[in-house]
Amino acid sequence: MIRGRAWKFGDDISTDHIAPGRYYHLRSNLPEFLKHVFEDADPEFSKEIMKGKSFIVVGGRNFGKGSSREHAARLIKLAGSPVVLAKSFSRIFYRNCFNIGMPALIVDTDRIGHLDELEVDLEGGKVRDLTKGVELDFEPIPEVMLKFMKEGGIVAYIKKHGDLVF
Amino acid sequence: MGLTLAEKILSEKVGRRVKPGEIVVSRVDMAVAQDGTGPLTFDVIKELVGEERVFDPGKVLLTVDHTGPSPRRDLSNFQLRMRAFSKKTGAIIRDVGEGISHVLLAEDYVKPGDVVVGADSHTCTVGAMAAFATGLGSTDIAVAMVLGKIWFRVPETVKFELEGELPEGVYSKDLILSIIGRIGEDGASYKAMEYSGDGVKNLSMDARFTVSNMAHEAGGKVGLFPSDGETKKFMEENGRGRDWMPIEADGDASYYKEFRIDLTEIEPVVSYPHLPANVKPVKEAVKDGIRVDQVVIGTCTNGRLEDLEVAAKILKGRRVAKGTRLLVYPASRKIYLKAMKSGIIEALVEAGAVIGPPSCGPCVGIHLGVLGDGEVCLSTQNRNFLGRMGNPNSYIYLASPATCAASAIEGRIADPRDYL
Ligand code: SF4
Repeated sequence: MIRGRAWKFGDDISTDHIAPGRYYHLRSNLPEFLKHVFEDADPEFSKEIMKGKSFIVVGGRNFGKGSSREHAARLIKLAGSPVVLAKSFSRIFYRNCFNIGMPALIVDTDRIGHLDELEVDLEGGKVRDLTKGVELDFEPIPEVMLKFMKEGGIVAYIKKHGDLVF
Repeated sequence: MGLTLAEKILSEKVGRRVKPGEIVVSRVDMAVAQDGTGPLTFDVIKELVGEERVFDPGKVLLTVDHTGPSPRRDLSNFQLRMRAFSKKTGAIIRDVGEGISHVLLAEDYVKPGDVVVGADSHTCTVGAMAAFATGLGSTDIAVAMVLGKIWFRVPETVKFELEGELPEGVYSKDLILSIIGRIGEDGASYKAMEYSGDGVKNLSMDARFTVSNMAHEAGGKVGLFPSDGETKKFMEENGRGRDWMPIEADGDASYYKEFRIDLTEIEPVVSYPHLPANVKPVKEAVKDGIRVDQVVIGTCTNGRLEDLEVAAKILKGRRVAKGTRLLVYPASRKIYLKAMKSGIIEALVEAGAVIGPPSCGPCVGIHLGVLGDGEVCLSTQNRNFLGRMGNPNSYIYLASPATCAASAIEGRIADPRDYL
């Protein structure tokens, strides 16, 4: 069971919001880059992260749109969010999340409030907003993603199976 | 039941008939990384197999296109890693000044029917050559570079049946922006976008690349055109006529959704900040009186010869407005040379343009052309996200090269039809 407080972002959060292009030079220094995560969407987020806090990142529609930069997904993981929740995800970002062992769950995030206490039950397919006392179903995780999730990402999966076989 | 273009290409590659929704493992004909995504790709390769190696060096392309020539030390070091990886593994490297990966792929490597993956979201550009080409993250590309294969969910296809011809002053950039404005930025999420119909014949390869390039801005996985006489001509011009083959969707293929688009009805449009889908007719933008500080013509969306040609045609004998900067970035060295020999560059420079090296230019906000606070830019690029050009306190509008050229002359967003 994953527990944490929600940090809410709106619709159309792009990878430029999450990992701004102007910090291109920090792409090989993610701990430094983390100081700027979500800078153009909500600068408060990284300030809180830098204080050592962590949150579950909650987005709206088409979360992670734009650039393929996997650094965006990695920064969210590094920020301490074990999962990402959104109403829908952009395609490349969605793959990137599972590839690095951070599940991206599709759920009606309109019903989650900023800083609400959340409980994510990956096996049971539920997200519980403990603050509001509501239980939400997330869309079933595609089978191939589940396989990667179980091993902690695609690299571990391939190492274990010796190949990309399903 | 027949096959859509996406289904046909993947079936051929996988060696059996595939259907939408299923997961397939496909061989990869080209795997690409650029200077911003390459270093992470190499890290993952090491994690995967303990050393830097690739399945077939002739099928792995590295491009130094986003940050070359390097403006700072950390980025120079990324580029050093690209060169070292190429030296170690034999992977092809196209270094500073050679051009943008998607354009180089089209010129020199991709053929119809190929499966192409790149650690860059606009890898879908070469879908214009009937290649199943899509962007992925660095980890997926590391897998593709090492194993020579990758997994896909076979996408459903959204068909865009094009009829007629674009009117004068209207370009394929206006077409794709209009489509995105209509269906939204997730209107084709996870889907293949396929263009067909008589109108396709009337679009040159340069025009098609622009349309395929922006499939990603509609959420699409690929943006596919059939391979036809235009494709053949393009490949012949690039000395690869022998690699051409025709491919088209079956007449009785089944589609997730179909749109009919009458090209004669498309008009010049502009995307307003900060969403590509925020599309309005240029007439409205003219009424809004939008002053522009910087105009950019180039990028993987619109830095091809025809784009520079139309810009030069509009700018020839005229001057860029005082107080407005015009930056032109040819998308590859080959395009640059052609533009130089045909007088296009001369006309642009005479009009006041600054010519940059074949590269992404200011598109991602890390190279020259970073906007100042409150500044407004009109660009031919594919994205106008907040902060995209290096400053969240600036405004980016998107349009065709013709609209950009006309606007550079007036110093505010202008209708290109007044200049043709
Ligand atoms: S030109 Fe812009 S969109 Fe195209 S590859 Fe370069 S940075 Fe990306």
